[in-house]
Amino acid sequence: MARALINVPAKAKKGEIVEIKTLLSHPMETGFRPAADGKLVPRNIIKRFVCTYDGEAVFSADLFPAISANPFLSFTLVATNSGVITFSWTDDNDETQVQTAKIEVV
Amino acid sequence: MNTDAQSLDLSRRAFLAGAAGASICVIAPSARATPEAMAQAITDFTGGKPVKEGRVVVDIPVLLESGHSVPTIVRVDSPMSPQNYVRAIALFNERNPQPNVGVFHLTPRSGRAWVSTRIRLGDSQKVVAVAQMSDGSFASGSIDVIVTLPACVEGA
Repeated sequence: MARALINVPAKAKKGEIVEIKTLLSHPMETGFRPAADGKLVPRNIIKRFVCTYDGEAVFSADLFPAISANPFLSFTLVATNSGVITFSWTDDNDETQVQTAKIEVV
Repeated sequence: MNTDAQSLDLSRRAFLAGAAGASICVIAPSARATPEAMAQAITDFTGGKPVKEGRVVVDIPVLLESGHSVPTIVRVDSPMSPQNYVRAIALFNERNPQPNVGVFHLTPRSGRAWVSTRIRLGDSQKVVAVAQMSDGSFASGSIDVIVTLPACVEGA
């Protein structure tokens, strides 16, 4: 669907709070903006973001058109164990893009 | 002479700024959210429960050159333990076409009640964050920001 940038620290101490940064390349078309012909450009935004860590949803977000283009989200997680962190973005057409990142907890 | 040139330059600048603003912001005033619409959106989020002011900090630069991509941080004073944590943070505005900005769902595994994103602001306005605690109570924080170039409906 689009290019995603994810920043997860490769290594963390057990119990450490790590900062996760995500950015998806997406226009976040608001549906309030007229095109050259005066008609409104149909809304197309990322409406849902979910972050799962060991299969458990640890952070999620419901987004509205007031989120800027190329939605950037940053949040924190407690590094509990080595594993895969999964990120998924769902747009208005219910298309979902999934990306993963590995974290090693020592 | 010199002052004349300066004042001319200033008025031309003011005119250009006004003209640019007029061509960009073609949104009808009725299409905007209002403080009342924001209050309604907050009531929808809280289910009508009382909201206590405090514990929530909305961090946005107070003076913004552009409203297109406004770095926004919300943090809530919470231990984020399994017994006492922030369940959700909702962000609202009063002058965009819609009062809702986003709802962020947290868990004790978040570690910190902290979220950072970038938002659109259609005008100088108040931005409010409401946090839902794990015990079902609500707290809020807000900030007034000035936007010189709003992110409103752009004509092509």
